[in-house]
Amino acid sequence: MSQSNLTEIDYNYNVVRQFTVMTVIWGIVGTLVGVLIAAQLIWPALNFDTPWLTYSRLRPLHTNAVIFAFGTSALFATSYYVVQRTCKTALFGGKLVAFTFWGWQAVILSAVVTLPLGLTSSKEYAELEWPIDILLAVVWISYAIVFFGTLLKRKTSHIYVANWFFGGFILTVAVLHIGNSMVIPLTLTKSYSLYPGAIDAMMQWWYGHNAVGFLLTAGFLGMMYYFVPKQAERPVYSYRLSIVHFWALVSLYIWAGPHHLHYTALPDWTQSVGMVMSIVLFLPSWGGMINGIMTLSGAWHKLRYDPILRFLIVSLSFYGMSTFEGPMMAIKSVNALSHYTDWTVGHVHSGALGWVAMVSIGAMYHLIPVLFNQGRMYSIKLINVHFWLHTTGIVLYIVAMWISGVMQGLMWRAVNTDGTLTYSFVESLQASYPFYIIRFLGGVLVVTGFLLMAYNMFKTIGAKDGSLEKEAIAA
Amino acid sequence: MSSFWSTWITVLTLGTLVGCYLLLRWCLKNFAGVPEGESMGHEFDGIEELNNPLPKWWSNFFLVTIVWGFGYLALYPGLGNWEGLLGWKSSNQDVTSLSDSKAQVAAAKAAGLHVQYDREVARADERFGPIFAEFAKQDVEALSKNEDALKIGQRLFLQNCSQCHGSDAKGTTGFPNLVDNDWLYGDDGATIEQTILHGRVGRGMIGWQTMVGGEEGVKEVAAYVLSLNPVRAAKKRATLAAEDKASNSDKATKAHASTVAKGEAKFAMCAACHGADAKGSAAMGLPLGAPNLTDNVWLYGGSERAVQQSIRNGRSGVMPAWKGILGEDKVRVISAYVYSLSNQD
Repeated sequence: MSQSNLTEIDYNYNVVRQFTVMTVIWGIVGTLVGVLIAAQLIWPALNFDTPWLTYSRLRPLHTNAVIFAFGTSALFATSYYVVQRTCKTALFGGKLVAFTFWGWQAVILSAVVTLPLGLTSSKEYAELEWPIDILLAVVWISYAIVFFGTLLKRKTSHIYVANWFFGGFILTVAVLHIGNSMVIPLTLTKSYSLYPGAIDAMMQWWYGHNAVGFLLTAGFLGMMYYFVPKQAERPVYSYRLSIVHFWALVSLYIWAGPHHLHYTALPDWTQSVGMVMSIVLFLPSWGGMINGIMTLSGAWHKLRYDPILRFLIVSLSFYGMSTFEGPMMAIKSVNALSHYTDWTVGHVHSGALGWVAMVSIGAMYHLIPVLFNQGRMYSIKLINVHFWLHTTGIVLYIVAMWISGVMQGLMWRAVNTDGTLTYSFVESLQASYPFYIIRFLGGVLVVTGFLLMAYNMFKTIGAKDGSLEKEAIAA
Repeated sequence: MSSFWSTWITVLTLGTLVGCYLLLRWCLKNFAGVPEGESMGHEFDGIEELNNPLPKWWSNFFLVTIVWGFGYLALYPGLGNWEGLLGWKSSNQDVTSLSDSKAQVAAAKAAGLHVQYDREVARADERFGPIFAEFAKQDVEALSKNEDALKIGQRLFLQNCSQCHGSDAKGTTGFPNLVDNDWLYGDDGATIEQTILHGRVGRGMIGWQTMVGGEEGVKEVAAYVLSLNPVRAAKKRATLAAEDKASNSDKATKAHASTVAKGEAKFAMCAACHGADAKGSAAMGLPLGAPNLTDNVWLYGGSERAVQQSIRNGRSGVMPAWKGILGEDKVRVISAYVYSLSNQD
């Protein structure tokens, strides 16, 4: 239908542009810090004997930068874009929209300052201290008002599937963040959790795993449901599959947190329930991958010349791989081997670099020309180079971590005939060095790719309006 | 837990699984009102959705995992207070103290309950216990000549002791060096074994600032202590000589000598534990753990600043007791290893 191409609706693209540009910039910052701490694991002297550059302070900066600065900026950009286009109405909220951008950047900058200073609540992925947490909550609630307000004033009869996922993720992240961040403030920069002992641990991983489940999975599935069919110019494979996998995914994910606490002081019943839900979650997770990849039916040939589509489809393969790996690692007896090893780190990065980053990068390459009045990116060739750098980087990274993870797990449990452990911890660390070097190299490739992306983006933005024309493809 | 919470958990857990099953059944039917494989008829920014059926392998596999979930929750603890048909537990639950834990281990054993941790420990004790019991027949000194025992002892040391004392057993600030043949409590095997079995708490070195007469007194005693040490004393003499040469007088050396003399008078308080000759409590045959101050081995550092700090605020090192963790036989083997480190032939 041609109506969809009408440009009369005055969409708010300004905020989408802002978040899009910041996505690329934070992508560089986040991965660069990651590469630095990967290097510190090989050459500890790289902290230059300064407290601000120690691994313990930069690691939370890396995770916060990639999840909340890079990933969440990408979600802001795409959800604001998609909800307008699929509801045929401009964003609701007036000045609140701009507030979400500036407020979110303020949260990130506070993290960039406070984490290296060593100010931390010490909860993984929730390290920010309480004043920043409050700002984050206010920005997030504003985001929810803008998003759901826009849904309410939509000009379409139905709500498109991408918006179910965006909506689910926005709502749940608000509940998770506020629930887990309940503290008793001591000073402006120090607070103590409201929850005691094992309950605190459970709250933390209820939050932690659903940061993965809702922010990094559901949110990005929303992105996928718009940009894959759009870039492939094909209809979504199965409406019914999207219904069953959406509802099953959101109702099962929220239970899965305890698998981070297998064999701890957490009661047995909690561990069992967490493990069962994690395994039942496997197929609903794959529903999204099937729906995305099958959307390409009849358009597979486009993968030969469209590197943007390649980013999107390979992201779905990594998504499928890590959502198979996750439930498997949630099985107690597998977890007994994998827990506390580099395997976990590899798993996270196949999700973060493979799924989250690739689907975001694909979406950004699709978005940038649209937002800045161009027919295409400045250089399609560079997108292709970025694709191969990124893919090679991930493969080096996760293969290295798999090998070192399984090796560590096996070394830690190896027992002599007298019942004593065969290896001391430091021996397993020494054995891991070669893999840390491979991981570092993989990280360098990923950062290089991001730098190319930034160059390509600024060249596209800087080009004369409409001067970059869509290339005719010889099919 | 209370029956309310137990019911709450059970209903929500089973409800989620049953809900997934009903959702799947509903979506297996074509409720969409358009033939399968065709467009749903709505369009969003040019994107259409097809009404394709769920892949068969996918829905079957999903069903299998749901059924498996019910099975697992029947066999294992998960649904609130339901203990599971297998009676399996990872460890004794709701343990609040060591004695409580021991009582629960005994109770579980008597009831034949399947407590995994207890079973694994029992199995390991049964299999490996005799090996260590055999070693434990010899005393520490004799065992320190046994190559096999030393190999095992080193592994136990690396896993249990190296975190504080270092992989090379050379210690670090606050954690004694175990290879220098300098002992706080005595150098015989039995004493080393006692230390590991029951731990040590350094209670004697309290903060002396008030007793020695304030900050001045701290400096005086520190100056005296450092003057006892040949290495430190020589260094100090050199610094003072340089100062005197610069000022073309003997002021610095004189002033220092007076400080040391004042410190010496106050050291009488310290002599109770460290001995009048400051050679430490072990030299006097006393189990006080007061170090020899004349040998240039410094547990908390031998700089002026570190010694003053020790006198001003005191020091309290803690060596945990390992008897309850490793058992007497394994401690004997570790003791032999530690003994061997400073008794090499």
